[in-house]
Amino acid sequence: MKTKTTESHADGIHVVPRKVYFAIAAALMVLLVLTYAVAQVDLGPFNIVAAMAIAFTKAILVVLFFMEVRWSSRLTWLIAGAGLLWLILLIGGTLDDFMTRSHILPGM
Amino acid sequence: MSEPSFALQHQFDTPAQQREADVLGMWTFLVTEILFFGGVLAGYTVYRSLYPAAFQAGSHAMNLTIGTVNTAVLILSSLTMALAVHASQTGRRRTLVALLGATMLFGLMFLGFKAIEWSAEIREHHLPGPHFAFGGPDPVHSQLFFSFYFAMTGLHALHMVIGLGLMTWLLVTARRGRYGPEYHAPVVIGGLYWHFVDIVWIFLYPLLYLIGARR
Repeated sequence: MKTKTTESHADGIHVVPRKVYFAIAAALMVLLVLTYAVAQVDLGPFNIVAAMAIAFTKAILVVLFFMEVRWSSRLTWLIAGAGLLWLILLIGGTLDDFMTRSHILPGM
Repeated sequence: MSEPSFALQHQFDTPAQQREADVLGMWTFLVTEILFFGGVLAGYTVYRSLYPAAFQAGSHAMNLTIGTVNTAVLILSSLTMALAVHASQTGRRRTLVALLGATMLFGLMFLGFKAIEWSAEIREHHLPGPHFAFGGPDPVHSQLFFSFYFAMTGLHALHMVIGLGLMTWLLVTARRGRYGPEYHAPVVIGGLYWHFVDIVWIFLYPLLYLIGARR
């Protein structure tokens, strides 16, 4: 479970070095500036794609490093992954209905 | 310090096993939170796809400066929270108290900016209801956008308030020297909650403030 980026500690706890946290915070700030800048440019339908791609990148950085899932047990990975999977099912399943209604019931 | 604040509960074999259970339990709760916010997000996505012009007009009436500054404030609060976990694990009590205080300060700053933003929107009659007034191509469905806006940011602000309550409790107990290398689970778990609330905002920011090109 331990990797080179963790300092091991007396009784098995791993302490993430502070420089990792500073680097992640800096990356999050850069991504914030990037998403703000991209929103000023008209990319048509790709504005939302770019905005959500950056948001997911930021969320993944927070989950892996600030929330320390990178150094957590397989079971924690599984639970966190299940959260993402069910969110995709929830939104994907709903959209799958709404986006196809006009094919079945013209006029909706 | 000699008061044994670290206690291995009888159902666990080792401290490591107990720590894993702590984190796992919190993550299970956070998954229910993901789906709680997911329901609102799904509703938002459906209506945004049905009324894109109305949602874009509503989004362009948002205060982008406050929204962006608040995103940065929450990133800073997550940094101080992560550093607080480090301070608790390395047993630096004064640093831990200071970092928890800083996290609360950033949280309060966020809520302060949010209050300024909400009051301006209410004054401009953007709060859905009998006094709602909005121009744009499709004001009826822009009201829907503002309903989502107030519901989503309101639920998020409620989570921030709960987070500040947790931080207050952590601050008080940290001052008493309860946390150190042997026992710091409450700081870790409080941190997980705080970071989760940050992630919710990471998604709300582009969804509410950045629809379509701003210029």
